[in-house]
Amino acid sequence: MTAIDVTPVGAAAPEHIPYEPPKAVRRGGTALVLVLLAAFPLVFTNPAVTSIGVFTMIFLVAACGWNIFSGYSGYISIGHAAYYGIGQYTVALLVLHLKVAAGWDTFALLPLAGLVAAVLAVPIGFLLLRVRKHTFIILTVAVMFILQLLAFNLTSWTNGSGGLELPFPTWTGAFFNEPFYYVGLAGAVVACAVSWWVRRSKYGLGLLSIRDDEDRARGLGIRTTRTKLIAYAMSAFFVGIAGGLYAPFVGSVYPQFGFDPNFDLAVAVLVFVGGIGTLSGPVIGALLLIPLQQYFYLQFGNDNFFLIAYGVLFLLILRLLPGGIAPSITGLYRRVLVARQLRTTAPPGPSAPPGSPGPPGAGGVTPAAVTGADGKEGTS
Amino acid sequence: MLVLQAIIDGILVGGFYALMAGGLTLVFGVMDIVNFAQGILVVLGAYLSYALYSHLNIDPFLSLLITIPVMFVVGIAVYWTMIKPIKQDRVIMSLLVMFAVGTVAEGILDLIFSSNLVEIHTSYVNSSVRLGSLVFPAIYLYAFAMSVVLLGGVYYLLYRTRFGRSLRASMQNPTAARLVGINTDWVSAFTLGIGVGLAAAGGMVFGLTNSFDAASSYDLISRLLAIVIFGGFGSLSGALIASIVMLVIQDLVAVVWSPTWGQTTFYLVLVLVLLLRPQGLLGRKAVRAQ
Repeated sequence: MTAIDVTPVGAAAPEHIPYEPPKAVRRGGTALVLVLLAAFPLVFTNPAVTSIGVFTMIFLVAACGWNIFSGYSGYISIGHAAYYGIGQYTVALLVLHLKVAAGWDTFALLPLAGLVAAVLAVPIGFLLLRVRKHTFIILTVAVMFILQLLAFNLTSWTNGSGGLELPFPTWTGAFFNEPFYYVGLAGAVVACAVSWWVRRSKYGLGLLSIRDDEDRARGLGIRTTRTKLIAYAMSAFFVGIAGGLYAPFVGSVYPQFGFDPNFDLAVAVLVFVGGIGTLSGPVIGALLLIPLQQYFYLQFGNDNFFLIAYGVLFLLILRLLPGGIAPSITGLYRRVLVARQLRTTAPPGPSAPPGSPGPPGAGGVTPAAVTGADGKEGTS
Repeated sequence: MLVLQAIIDGILVGGFYALMAGGLTLVFGVMDIVNFAQGILVVLGAYLSYALYSHLNIDPFLSLLITIPVMFVVGIAVYWTMIKPIKQDRVIMSLLVMFAVGTVAEGILDLIFSSNLVEIHTSYVNSSVRLGSLVFPAIYLYAFAMSVVLLGGVYYLLYRTRFGRSLRASMQNPTAARLVGINTDWVSAFTLGIGVGLAAAGGMVFGLTNSFDAASSYDLISRLLAIVIFGGFGSLSGALIASIVMLVIQDLVAVVWSPTWGQTTFYLVLVLVLLLRPQGLLGRKAVRAQ
C-alpha cells in the first residue's frame, strides 16, 4: 500500500470509526424490541390497546416489505396498496369459496395471499419499471386506481362497492386480538429478516447500486430489470400478507379500503420518518406513528387532528432530519465518537495536531486511518 | 348523436381540467416540483368560493376576483416556507413536502367544513343550451370560456412578457438563468402562485359541477397527475391536449360501453401511452444527470 492510497485529509475524518453502532448494541436492541413486542399483549390486555397493536403489526409488515423495494432501489412506489388490496381479496375470496373455517385456518392462507400478490406483481412491475422517477411514482398510483376500479366493477367476484363479509373467528372478545397480533409479529420478523438479508447480500448491493446510479450499475454488469423486479415482487409479497391479515381482522373487504390511497401514503410516510433504505427505519416509523394515529382516532373519533399532527410531524422531520430518525441517531452517535476521539488524540504534540492537513505521506498517516480504509457503510 | 354529445362533453370538461393540470405542469417545468397538494388546493379553492357564495352571496365567477389573488399569495407563501429550504433530491422531497402540506390542509378543511359533501348551488347550475338534440350545460360553457380566457392569459404571460421570458429561461436552464441575472427564486415563487391561482379557478368550477369534500382531493390529484404525465411533464400545451383527450375517451367509453368503466380506461390509457412514450405526448426526453 502506497502513501497515495491513504492521503490524509486530516484526522478530522477518522475513517475507522464505524458508521453503525457496535454489534452488541444492535443485537441487544433487536432482542429488546422483540421481547417488548412479544410481551406487549400480555401486559396490556385491554382489547382497545391490543387492537392498536394489531394495526401496528400489519403496518410493520407492510413497511418492511415496502422498504425492500422502494427503500433499497430508490424507486418510490405510492401504489403498493394494489398488493394490500390483492392480499385482502385473495384471503376473502378463498375463505368464502373454499369455506375455510375462521380463525387459525384463515392464517394458513396468508402465505398464499402474499404469493398471489407477488405473482401479480411480476407483470405489473415489468411494465412499471420501464419508467423512472416521478413518472414511476405516478404510474404506481395509476395502477392502484385501476385495480380499485376493477374491484368496484367486477361485481360477480368482488360484489363491487357492497364489499365482502368474512366470518369472524369464534374466539371470545378478550382473546380476539392476540392471535392476530402474534401472527402479525411473526410476519414482521420474517419481513425484517428478509430485509436484513437483502441489505447484506450481494443481490442487495446490486439493488443499492441501482438507487445510486442505475445507468452505471447496468454498465457494471448488474441485470437491473431483473434485480428491480425481484425486489418489487418481494415487497408485494409482504404487503399482500399485511392485507391478508387485515381482512379477517376487520371482517370485511371493500374496494376503497383494500386499494386505499391513504395506505400508500401512510406506509411511505412512516418509512420516511423512520429512515428510508435502512433496516430499522420502517420499524421505528411503524412503532411510532401507527399507535399515534390510532390514539388520535380513538381520542377524537375522527382523523382530522391526526391528519394535521401527522402532516406537521412529517414536515418537521423532512426539515430537521431529512434522512429520517434512524440515520440521524446513528449519525449523532458517530459524531459523538469522532468528537471523543479528537479530544483524546488532540493533547499530545501541539507541533503536529492531527487536525492539520500536513504534507501528504508525512506524519499525518496513522495506523488507524490505514486499517479503517475498508470501513463499511452503515446498515443500521 | 350520443357519441357526438360525449365528445362535446369531454371537450368542455377537459377545458377546466386543463386549467388545474396547467398549474401543475407549469410548476413542474420551472422547478422540478411535483405539487402533490394541487388536489387539495383545488378543493380549497372550491371551499373558498362555496363560503363566499353561501355567506356573502357572491357569485362564484365573481368570487374568483377574490380567491385567485388569495390563492396566489398562498402559493408564494408555500414556496418560501416549504419548497425553498429543500436542498437536495428536489423531485422526491418536494413531492413528500407537498403531500404533507396537503395532509395538513385536508385536516383543517375537514375540521372547518366537516366531511359532509357540499355543492355550490347557483341559479344557473342546472340550466343548459340546446342545439338540435345536443345539450350544452350552461355551467360548462361558462367554465370553458373562463378556461380559455385564463389559459390565454397564462400564454400571454409566458410568451409576451419579460416575466414570461425569465420563466421560460428558468425552465430551460436554471443555472444559466441565474447567471444572466434572473432571480429564479422569485420566478419560482410567482410560478407556484400562478399554479395555485389556476387551482382556485378550477376549484370553483369543480365545486359548481361536483359535490365535494376534502377527501375528493385524492381522486382529483390522481387524475391531474395522470393528465400531466400523459401530456408530458412541464408542457402546457401537452396538458391542454391530454386533458381533452383523456376526458373525451372517458366520456366515449362511458357512452359506448358503461359509465363504470370510464374511469378505468382513463388510467389504462395513461399506462399504455407511457409504455410507448415514457416522456409523455409533448414532454422532453429525460437527459441523464451526471
